[in-house]
Amino acid sequence: METKKITINDFILPIIIIALSIGYGYYVLTYPVDTIVSNYLSLPLIFKMVRQHFYLILVSASLAIATSVPLGILLSRPMFKRVRSLIVGIVNVGQTIPSLAVIALFVGILGIGSKTAIFALWMYSLLPILNNTIAGMTGVSPFIIDSAIGMGMTKVRTLFFVELPIALPVIMAGIRTAVVINVATAVIAAYVGAGGLGDFIIAGKNINRWQILLLGAGYASLIALLLDHILGVVERILTQ
Amino acid sequence: MIKIENVTKVYPGSDKAVVQDLNLHIEKGEICVLVGASGCGKTTTMRMINRLIDLTEGRILVADQDIHSVDPIKLRLGIGYVIQETGLFPHYTIEKNIATVPIELKWDKNRIQERVRELMGLVDLDYEQYAKKKPSSLSGGQKQRVGVARALAADPPIMLMDEPFGALDPITRAKLQNEFLDIQARIKKTIVFVTHDIDEAMKMGDKIAVMQDGKVVQYGTPHEILTAPVNKFVENLVGENRILKRLSLITCGEQQVNSPIYNLPGDEETLIERIAQNERLSTHQIVGIAGEEKTPLGYIPLFKYDRGDSTPLLDRIVTPPLTIHQNKTLFDALGVLFNTGERGVFVVDDEGRALSFITMTDLFEAVQ
Repeated sequence: METKKITINDFILPIIIIALSIGYGYYVLTYPVDTIVSNYLSLPLIFKMVRQHFYLILVSASLAIATSVPLGILLSRPMFKRVRSLIVGIVNVGQTIPSLAVIALFVGILGIGSKTAIFALWMYSLLPILNNTIAGMTGVSPFIIDSAIGMGMTKVRTLFFVELPIALPVIMAGIRTAVVINVATAVIAAYVGAGGLGDFIIAGKNINRWQILLLGAGYASLIALLLDHILGVVERILTQ
Repeated sequence: MIKIENVTKVYPGSDKAVVQDLNLHIEKGEICVLVGASGCGKTTTMRMINRLIDLTEGRILVADQDIHSVDPIKLRLGIGYVIQETGLFPHYTIEKNIATVPIELKWDKNRIQERVRELMGLVDLDYEQYAKKKPSSLSGGQKQRVGVARALAADPPIMLMDEPFGALDPITRAKLQNEFLDIQARIKKTIVFVTHDIDEAMKMGDKIAVMQDGKVVQYGTPHEILTAPVNKFVENLVGENRILKRLSLITCGEQQVNSPIYNLPGDEETLIERIAQNERLSTHQIVGIAGEEKTPLGYIPLFKYDRGDSTPLLDRIVTPPLTIHQNKTLFDALGVLFNTGERGVFVVDDEGRALSFITMTDLFEAVQ
């Protein structure tokens, strides 16, 4: 039988990730290779960068979900069948522009700071979520919808109680993809002064200190793993 | 109960009518089977009744009310709906699937649970075992049982069934058909049943509407369709072996033409007399012999003996006796005779008492 509730197994990976982060953080702070590293790094700074990184990801992902899911549902309706490929095409083109170029382009409009970074990240999350929402919604068997309507369910209730729940695993998979991509892409936010773990990577590279560089890169990977895992658990609970 | 009057359906962008000037009156408590080749408009006709498809011309009355004067949602909540693909909700448990319409009607929880238990019992699914399971863990036959239970949930007077048993293997299909007929005998719903299988139509239908090119070419009882097909199309549809099909419309218990049964002990004298008579007529008749409490014993072929034969009657009996339950059809009886190569079979009741004796000659006469 499938397990519905959160089990002890769900905590194993997060515990390992948190242990690794604390371990590495403690190591760099206690055993810096030289005074340059020790002067640059501090516990509050690490917290600040991690917090900024999470902020960028969560805000951009939430915005992307809020735009892509309703848009995807709308486009999956039979009456929008014709514009569907057009809009997916436009979003697709957006995806092909390198993220650094998008950030550079929009610095001119939105200025320096987290706004530009969030905009770029939002743009990058649109496509996977939109595509998966459309795939999930159009993948619901027409017979299931027919029987729901035929038994007397209204269209709105059919959408919320039948179509969306059935499409949810596919939509969630899109959200997971988008979030994981975002964790990596958020690193370049440092170039427009939005902060985040990218600061460590740039600084570490500029002053040529591997401890700082690894702090940024390692933490970003760990966050990606953690968020992917959490969303996986959420998906499992929601779809049962 | 359902009156379809001069209904025509033309899909937008097409000039050909899918259903043309169709008239059909379906009586309360009857199963009306719409049968025909694919594309003949049978499913379209059915779907117009619960307004899944809107008609172009004409009108449909359900319980003397024009369906276009009622809210479609309300109309559909009062009509059970079963489709071939079951359309069960994969994310709901069996219990919640069956409860779909009661939930839409906002019944209270206890009432819903009670009703689900009752329905699962009706379609022979164990509540404790299946209620909390998802449809994916059920077999095709079980899914269709759930489909039927779900359609019956709010006890609608009318049911629409679109090839409900079409996707099942022949054995499961026959089983579900029989069970459904048993259920129907108790609940007496008005049912519109769509199928392309004429044998299924014969079996399930109180009335059959044979459809071709959006029109009803013949509407009548299975017996009428078999005995008097109106044209070549219906004749082809019912097939060359329509005499055999008629056998499956009559149960052994109903069968009027029987051969005699003699009780031993008891009827020795009449039996001897009968043998003497047979000698004169020289027919090939056989008679059934039953013992005490009407236990079938076997048969005696009358033509083998003459008046002077001194073989004791009991030694003349050909055994073992074949039996068939009175609810089985004559077609089943024929099968029994063919399978065994014997000449006659006893029709018995639940206790195994002989009710009548059917021979090959009787079967011939039954369909003449």
